[in-house]
Amino acid sequence: MKGCDISIEHVSKTFGSFNALEDATIAIKKGEFFSLLGPSGCGKTTLLRIIAGFETPDSGIVTFDGKNIIGIDPNKRQSNTVFQNYALFPHLSVFENVAFPLRIRKVDQKTINTKVMEYIHLVQLDAHVDKKPNQLSGGQKQRVAIARALINEPSVLLLDEPLSALDAKLRQNLLVELDAIHDQIGITFIYVTHDQSEALSVSDRIAVMNQGKVLQIGTPFEIYESPATEFVAKFIGETNLFDSRVVECVPYTNDEYMVTLDVPELGQKIKVTDYDETKPGQQVSFTVRPEKVRITLDEPQSNSKEINVFKGVVEEPVYSGFQSKFYVKLDNGAEIKVYAQHQNYLDDGPDIAWKDRVYVSWSANDGYIVEVINQ
Amino acid sequence: MSRPRPLSSRNYGAAYSFPMGIWFTLFFLLPIGIIVTYSFMRKGIHGGVEWQPTFDAYIQMFNSSYGKLFVRTLWVTFVSTVLAIAIALPCGYAMARSKMQTLLLFLVIIPFWTNSLIRINAWIAILGNEGFINETLMKLGIIKESLPLLYNESAVILVLVYMYLPYAILPIFTAMDKFDFSLLEAARDLGATKPQSMFKVLLPNVRAGIVTAIIFTFIPIFGAYTVPLLVGGKDSYMLGNIVVDQVTKVRNWPLASAFSMVITVVSTVGVLWMMGTSAREAARVKGARVKQEGAL
Repeated sequence: MKGCDISIEHVSKTFGSFNALEDATIAIKKGEFFSLLGPSGCGKTTLLRIIAGFETPDSGIVTFDGKNIIGIDPNKRQSNTVFQNYALFPHLSVFENVAFPLRIRKVDQKTINTKVMEYIHLVQLDAHVDKKPNQLSGGQKQRVAIARALINEPSVLLLDEPLSALDAKLRQNLLVELDAIHDQIGITFIYVTHDQSEALSVSDRIAVMNQGKVLQIGTPFEIYESPATEFVAKFIGETNLFDSRVVECVPYTNDEYMVTLDVPELGQKIKVTDYDETKPGQQVSFTVRPEKVRITLDEPQSNSKEINVFKGVVEEPVYSGFQSKFYVKLDNGAEIKVYAQHQNYLDDGPDIAWKDRVYVSWSANDGYIVEVINQ
Repeated sequence: MSRPRPLSSRNYGAAYSFPMGIWFTLFFLLPIGIIVTYSFMRKGIHGGVEWQPTFDAYIQMFNSSYGKLFVRTLWVTFVSTVLAIAIALPCGYAMARSKMQTLLLFLVIIPFWTNSLIRINAWIAILGNEGFINETLMKLGIIKESLPLLYNESAVILVLVYMYLPYAILPIFTAMDKFDFSLLEAARDLGATKPQSMFKVLLPNVRAGIVTAIIFTFIPIFGAYTVPLLVGGKDSYMLGNIVVDQVTKVRNWPLASAFSMVITVVSTVGVLWMMGTSAREAARVKGARVKQEGAL
């Protein structure tokens, strides 16, 4: 397989008094589609610029296949970048933009012609070879930028929010194409984005960052289903978060514990399973995703003790086609978000309406403890 | 019956440009017309012309040693322009990337507050035998006799570059200021060295500014006469000096007019050629590729 392993070890960078990166350590595997995800100012772009060679870290090293690349000029690295603002050369045609890296390497014209057309074909721009960048749409510009970054056959493609300037529909299409190109070429992709849905849909693994720190590294499934911190839980998708206190923690299955939490906001104790042992009295954050909460008009029929049930009133139902969102006010005043999928055709519209009295419930398996606040 | 058009839709464009038309005719076309006419007349004894058409002035111009002077003028102008542009490029680049742009721009413009003759004389004070440089070097014991810094071609070129440098810096700065410097990062990322990124990405994108800068420096330097007169020796005379001499001393107005025509024609041709380069370059690049593809 082409591409290379990338190891980011204890990388820190400050700009004046601003800590852009604090002790970032990430190991990226050969051929992986790896995303750096976080809000603006979280350090993801700084990290990408360090890998590309535009910034030098204050401490720490970055290695490509075990070789330290800090101090090597950007033009000597095996990485190429797709920039957020495309950074196409305005004085050159599409053809010449893509040919630029080859011309720098003094490749002969015949090879240039075949190779450039091959990459222009890869990004489906055959009809636009002779156009200048200012004659192209945003999506076409970004395709040129992708072809130009790939033509040198780098081991790593760095993508700095490449789709953020495009409209939603186009973004989706180009994302699927990028994924296809990744599968076809097989090199390592490092994708910087603040858009969690982009990161979840294409990445093999994701590093979630905030305020210069790497908070969690994992597959999209791990990041979404078991966020390591409150920030990750809130940043990835929608969730309901509650501060709570551990009342009891007893072994449940082979590797799981059944934890009883006291949640002051909800006014009653809840059950949740967790892989880690916690001690009674510990403060923790508890979260349950809105789509894991069931909403029913009748009391859920379950004898299981592992189900958490609350009564409340629908404050605001939001119908959005494939699903409905309900903001439910519980009897003790707390609010909880519930998303219900519409799996069958609903003759009379969603059967739960505004001001309906409802039961919301979730099983102990569907909630999780995200962060132990103080040990 | 036709309805009156609303005021706003009437096209007053031509009317508005009328004063400019008058200005252009009075101060540009008319004088040039007079010069062209005079250059084909017989010279009057005490200046002026006699109204007899003749090619005398042109014959005189081509028959004498003026050819050498023409070449030298062209040479001095070429060297001065190249130097001015070579200095203006890094200046413009630094200004465009600086955080103190306004201050730097201000510093470039400050010399215009002083009369050019005074500024040339300042150079005489610096370069002269008892000037600043010679005095300093002598006091330091580096030289015993003063160096001949003044009244030669180098002095002319130095002062010309100094005089016209702001005209080169300003258009180049304007072009650099519009340049997206992240393109240099892109070039570096794609394998270009620092010099390659400058020559292959920065320069082509500020080309228009460079062309303007060349036009703004080449034309006035080609017609310059005060600088060679004041800091140049007898052998650093330029075409402009001949024109002045022919008008004020020799009183051969047709010859002066003929030389003026040379200056005007060379400048105009130069400008047109410069303005055409960009278009030709684009056509050449595209043509080369099409040819290559055909060969495949």
